[in-house]
Amino acid sequence: MAEESALKVQDLHKSFGAHKVIRGVSMEAQKGDVIAILGASGSGKSTFLRCINLLETPNSGDVYLAGEKIRMKKNRHGETVPEDIRQVERMRSRLAMVFQGFNLWTHMTVLENVLEGPVHVQKTPKAEAREKAAALLAKVGLSDRADYYPAHLSGGQQQRVAIARALAMDPDVMLFDEPTSALDPELVGEVLGVMRDLADEARTMLVVTHEMGFARDVSSKTVFLHQGEVCEEGAPSKLFSNPDTEQFRAFLSRMN
Amino acid sequence: MQAVLDLIPLDIGLILANFDRFMWGVWMTLNLTFLALLCGGLLAIPMAIARASRHPVLNPMVWGYTYVFRGTPLLVQTFLIYFGLGQFEAVRESWLWDPILSSAWWCAFIAFTLNTAAYSTELLRGAIIDTPKGEVEAAVATGHSYAARMRRIILPSAFRRAIPAYSNEVIFMLHGSVVASTITLQDILGVGRWLNGRYYLAYEGFITAALLYFLIVLAITRLFRWLERNYLGHLAPRDSEAPASPQ
Ligand SMILES: Nc1ncnc2c1ncn2[C@@H]1O[C@H](COP(=O)(O)OP(=O)(O)OP(=O)(O)O)[C@@H](O)[C@H]1O
Ligand SMILES: [Mg+2]
Repeated sequence: MAEESALKVQDLHKSFGAHKVIRGVSMEAQKGDVIAILGASGSGKSTFLRCINLLETPNSGDVYLAGEKIRMKKNRHGETVPEDIRQVERMRSRLAMVFQGFNLWTHMTVLENVLEGPVHVQKTPKAEAREKAAALLAKVGLSDRADYYPAHLSGGQQQRVAIARALAMDPDVMLFDEPTSALDPELVGEVLGVMRDLADEARTMLVVTHEMGFARDVSSKTVFLHQGEVCEEGAPSKLFSNPDTEQFRAFLSRMN
Repeated sequence: MQAVLDLIPLDIGLILANFDRFMWGVWMTLNLTFLALLCGGLLAIPMAIARASRHPVLNPMVWGYTYVFRGTPLLVQTFLIYFGLGQFEAVRESWLWDPILSSAWWCAFIAFTLNTAAYSTELLRGAIIDTPKGEVEAAVATGHSYAARMRRIILPSAFRRAIPAYSNEVIFMLHGSVVASTITLQDILGVGRWLNGRYYLAYEGFITAALLYFLIVLAITRLFRWLERNYLGHLAPRDSEAPASPQ
């Protein structure tokens, strides 16, 4: 039996009202893949990522995590809804997300943020979770900030905490939605550095980004979304040196 | 000392002679107010969750309740329970009559509890609704269930943000508790009125009562300042203070 891909998305559709935002996107990530998702503002990158962990409910299409399908059904109004919310919650705990706006829990300290998921969702024993949290904070270079509240950290530090919080769940796949876009330029490097380390560890990652350098150098595959469809995809070396479509070429020239 | 006392146009001696009565009044005011705040606060939590939800039955039901209790004076509510319910034969004959609805203390306690529950519900609902959307999404994305989100993220955050507004509710309730003196209870104002009536005084009783209420408000204000320092430090701007350690 061939090994299951870590994440498989099949023919995903999502509309907001009459506005079709995602029009049949499929994507497959093998374990250790880093997929960079590019696209102009409004092309549906965030919506696509949010459909994977059901922060938005797709209208149709299937999501498989390590071969397990997230089961959906139609409710009596004909809308697509999860069949079993428990299954969705379990899937979400294996799909960590890092947001553009960090979204740390402001009433908790850095350490409490990192402990929250393992202790209260995965029910990891506290001592074990603490040990791991300390190691993760060391990994993102924030051991000395464990007792700070998020509001007392810089943006770059907050995003590194958010990455540690995501890692604490031992996720199968990590979803990043423009993790550096809200940062001052001088703080972007520290976050990208942590993400490069993760890629080197063969973490499976989907990264929506406007950082062309990161997509080109770090991703194993780059996908360009245009108006809710995959317009061009492939190895970054190929895409960046010799784009096939006019749209991607135009996008690249705008980015540079 | 005597010379100073003579300058004050108050019968200090009389006030001091009845000091223990005033202390009983303080006790009555405090136990009524704070028991009502405690029970009303506990009732407010599930009701605020209902009001912050889109539940088609619970939300409008709780809304109707808070609308009525916030739209009518506490004095009227207390009278309706104390004088009104006794008009019904069924009430007088039910197990609720003795020892509960026939007792002035219980009637005041029930009215105060229902009143503060209504205000606290709407106050907490506001704080729940104002929880930053991103923080709730982060909990959803982590795999928290609705209950876990409420218990771990939304309520702890909302309680903290509600502290400043809730301090007004506590002071409002303390002041409102004077209503107890209109249904025979010897709270602080009740003792003041008794003193004035007993000795045909113009204001010794009221001045003493005012001073006692003032001192209690002072203590409440201090308590809330302490709560804000300890539980709202996480929202203080950067560098304004040394980082607070987790409470
Ligand atoms: N909750 C929503 N309700 C209605 N429309 C929405 C909603 N979320 C997104 N949209 C619309 O869907 C389209 C795609 O939005 P999306 O946020 O996915 O784009 P994006 O590619 O992430 O853009 P950006 O680079 O600006 O983040 C936009 O036109 C947006 O207005
Ligand atoms: Mg986006």
